[in-house]
Amino acid sequence: MQATSYDAVLERCIQLVAKSKRIPPETIRPETSFEEIGADSLDMINLSFEVEELFDVQIPDESLSSIHTVDDMVKGVTALISAKPAVPTEKRA
Amino acid sequence: MSVPARRVVVTGAGCITAIGNSVAEFCNSLFSSRSGIAPIELQPEQKLNFSAVAQVKDFSSENLLPSALFVLTERSAQFGIVAAKQAVEESRLFPDYAPESTAVVMGCAVGGREADEPEVVKLYRQQGRVHPFTVPRVMASSGASQISILFGITGPVLNFSTACASSAHAIGHAFHMIRAGMVDAAIAGGHEAPLTYGFLKAWEALRVVSPNGCKPFSDGRDGMTLGEGGAVLVLEERERALSRGASIYAEVCGFGMSSDAFHITQPRPSGPASAMRNALRDAQMYPADVSYINAHGTGTEANDRAEAEAIQEVFGDSGAYPPVSSTKALHGHTIGAAGAIEALATILALRDRRLPVSVGAEPVDPALRLNLIHAPATFTPSAALSNSFAFGGLNASLVFRAHA
Repeated sequence: MQATSYDAVLERCIQLVAKSKRIPPETIRPETSFEEIGADSLDMINLSFEVEELFDVQIPDESLSSIHTVDDMVKGVTALISAKPAVPTEKRA
Repeated sequence: MSVPARRVVVTGAGCITAIGNSVAEFCNSLFSSRSGIAPIELQPEQKLNFSAVAQVKDFSSENLLPSALFVLTERSAQFGIVAAKQAVEESRLFPDYAPESTAVVMGCAVGGREADEPEVVKLYRQQGRVHPFTVPRVMASSGASQISILFGITGPVLNFSTACASSAHAIGHAFHMIRAGMVDAAIAGGHEAPLTYGFLKAWEALRVVSPNGCKPFSDGRDGMTLGEGGAVLVLEERERALSRGASIYAEVCGFGMSSDAFHITQPRPSGPASAMRNALRDAQMYPADVSYINAHGTGTEANDRAEAEAIQEVFGDSGAYPPVSSTKALHGHTIGAAGAIEALATILALRDRRLPVSVGAEPVDPALRLNLIHAPATFTPSAALSNSFAFGGLNASLVFRAHA
């Protein structure tokens, strides 16, 4: 199990959303909904792709429809990271 | 009582090409014979047995398009969209025309190779993933759709994929749609960005590309030169254009099509001849009315020979052959965009009463017996023909007339 703090994931998600929608990161909060920043279904697919690349996780198709806010995204990503098997940091000789 | 046929004029134009990213720049290069063909820069591991291509320079589409549009498109569609913006702005088409009585008719044969190839390489070489925007970026009709979305056009929106005749077919059909009363105005043209490494290798394998640059109709011609770009014309009904005081480039007055029904790469002269004759009949003109031909003139042995024979077949009885030039040694062969870029060259010739030189044609192949334009010249324009003859024997000829 890997420990990644909510705040660390939040910060990176905010940067990602800001870049994708070309809006200032300081206007994005956890409660910000994707609807209010004009993210349509294609934007959500693109954001999910970027999140998967960034955190090396796989977001299940059926989870996409339940992501409405930045908070939903961060919680989902945090859970996916926690569920990943631990990666050995050192190889044994 | 018969209703008089509607006439169609060009009231706006835009282009992104290797010889200019605006009509003014293109026009300047066209009449000063300034070529945009130059050696391509390759990655160290890449090898090609030709170097000459006609690349678009200084094209910063990120600054020219709304960001949402930019991220969903790739180079090919972006050429078309930016050219359409130039053309629509010049014509001041909106709000004079209703979105539901306007059409978008584009030509793009290859689609978005620049969005496709890197994703495929990632997938096969690195087990990588494919970007979710790949499909909307790659589809050949992306440009037509995005132009309709950008301007809110709700009339017919089409994309023709008929290889090197795509955008000539597009302009021809847009002209017929307006003449028939189906729509009142159309944004018509084409775009292509075929200069990806994978696609260049495919052309190399066909052995039809010139090592150093095409020389259409010359004795030493050794193949075509690939180019990229886009061009768009705004077409509208003539009476309406006159009443709203639109500035007119030229009149579109004929469109002819044919198929060789012969071979997927080899041309047969009877097909191109038939397209030119059909276009003249459509324009209710005789061969003697034509004062300039912008030839397809790719610089391959087979095309130039077949096209010359076809011109002789159509114009042989009219006394003297009209002046002919191929402008491909300037802007390259842009595949799906070729018909539109060369239609633009043709209407600029009519508007400015100047004949574009057939660059690279000297020393001329004596077997071709064409009246090639070797030096800049002025002329008294009447009608002009723009030829596009595609692989697979798909032929299209457009007839334009100088606006009085």
